[in-house]
Amino acid sequence: MESWRKNPAVFWILASPGTFWLIAFFLLPLALIWLMSFGEKTSITAYEVTGTLSNYLRSFSPVYLQILWKSIWISAVATVICLVIAYPIAFGIVFAPARWKPLLLLLVILPFWINLLIRTYALIAVFRTRGYLNFTLEWLWSGAKWLLTPIGLGGFFNERFVPYEMLYNNGAVIAGLVYVFVPFMVLPLYATIDRLDRSYLEASLDLGASQSTTFFRVTVPMTMPGIISGIILVFIPCLGSFLTPDLLGGTNATMIGNIIERQFKAANDWPFGAALSFLLMYATFGALALRALFAKRSRGVDI
Amino acid sequence: MTAMQATFRQRLTSADQGPLDYGRRLWLKGLFAIVILLLYAPVVTLIAFSFNTDRRNVVWRGFTLDNYVKAWENSALIEAFTNSLVIAAIATVTSTIIGSMVALLLWRFRFPGKPAYEGFMALPIVIPEICMGVALLAFFARLGWWSSVAALPWPLNLSTIIIAHVAFCFPFVAIVVRARMVGFNRELEEASKDLGASEWQTFWSVIYPFMQPGVVAGALLAFTLSLDDFVITFFTSGPETVTFPVKVYSLVRRGVSPEINAISTALIVITVIATILAMKLQTPERQAGA
Repeated sequence: MESWRKNPAVFWILASPGTFWLIAFFLLPLALIWLMSFGEKTSITAYEVTGTLSNYLRSFSPVYLQILWKSIWISAVATVICLVIAYPIAFGIVFAPARWKPLLLLLVILPFWINLLIRTYALIAVFRTRGYLNFTLEWLWSGAKWLLTPIGLGGFFNERFVPYEMLYNNGAVIAGLVYVFVPFMVLPLYATIDRLDRSYLEASLDLGASQSTTFFRVTVPMTMPGIISGIILVFIPCLGSFLTPDLLGGTNATMIGNIIERQFKAANDWPFGAALSFLLMYATFGALALRALFAKRSRGVDI
Repeated sequence: MTAMQATFRQRLTSADQGPLDYGRRLWLKGLFAIVILLLYAPVVTLIAFSFNTDRRNVVWRGFTLDNYVKAWENSALIEAFTNSLVIAAIATVTSTIIGSMVALLLWRFRFPGKPAYEGFMALPIVIPEICMGVALLAFFARLGWWSSVAALPWPLNLSTIIIAHVAFCFPFVAIVVRARMVGFNRELEEASKDLGASEWQTFWSVIYPFMQPGVVAGALLAFTLSLDDFVITFFTSGPETVTFPVKVYSLVRRGVSPEINAISTALIVITVIATILAMKLQTPERQAGA
């Protein structure tokens, strides 16, 4: 690598477009809503920066605090489910025969490249009252009735099958977030488990530890950096998600993203929306700082 | 019995399955199969039902291509689809050029504040999409961009969306291209310059041929990212312009219909092809070795 002073002309030519674009169309807009978050709405379309903190105070009023809290726990539950599903998947790919690995990895990642909106739409077709899941349940219901009637137990299934309302609640949003973000969890886990020195596992097993002891006392601690990366990679987009709670949660499972969208579209209270966006940004930076901290610590004890 | 004997016996009883052969564990294979099934079932049914004759799209009634014909004849849908493709094409070219330049910059030069600069370049990737969306919305509104741009001929009236897409695509391109450049032998560059080639000649005849797979992979990545983006497009599209995901969003809110399935299938095919191509290009060594 050479110093930029050796060839300043080339340096500036390469640096200018990207730097310009990011400052003009990323940093400036963010600075604008940061300023706006300290402002007040003066009329339907106008606002004025007055240095007030009222937008932030309003974000912590009981109504919005409840939504912030809900966004956090929904994201946390979705993240934990992703981890529980993704760990064995990543583990399975690492220990699969070498020629299968790229294909298996591709299988897991490919859905991630399919449009988020399309995947969410596909889930609606599964979960809605006249959806595939309810259809399957109804089929099982009539099957059970047909099987049990001869032995006198058909009475349990005499009522007509009532489809479950599976959309528009927290459960649907969590299922949607897990469905959408599982690949994000698999990738970092795969990367760390793949690098894991297998002789440690062999040593643990040879010294008489059971498979589960080996897993919880050797494998999990040694793959902690990947677990933490995965948690943050899933938690951040969950927390900021807007489409999934909007389409699968409806009005019953509102998250921060939906409140922000409402302030900028229907409610037209931009300063308040700006304050909420920045709270989301601070939460993101907090999570990233946490990850950097863990990364540094784990590098310290790396063997 | 000592631990060693225990292990030995375990080895004997499962001669073909060592203790670390997790890949052969049946429960792990089963779990993997179930997760893959759950991951793909909704998308596969979506594709399958795009060929369904049932209007309400609940049960399978028969095979037809009518939904594709209807989607094709739906001019609003096709206009939105064309807009999306044009936006993706322009955003891809622009962000590939800018992203490759950033990658070359980070690969070649040492400069003060480099770690901070790299962090700055990664920002659009890490911050929540919705924050970037509303920030750009406020920014363009402040500049009065939409009112001045609406009068411009197509595709200039899509400029707000294109600008936004470039802003979040080029950092991804930079990452992909830079990863490719790690394997470049810098001595080749020095040799080229020692032999009297200019910066420009060195770039095109020595650096670029090596860089190319990374550039193409980055471009395909940018293309799929742009084509797939909903959240940022939702906030940066003006009242008049509609892109495909935004159009589908408004349709989905009204309910499920086989035309949406048909046009979604078309989009899935495009992105899946682009992604697989990009992945192939990113692992050229393996192909060369095979």
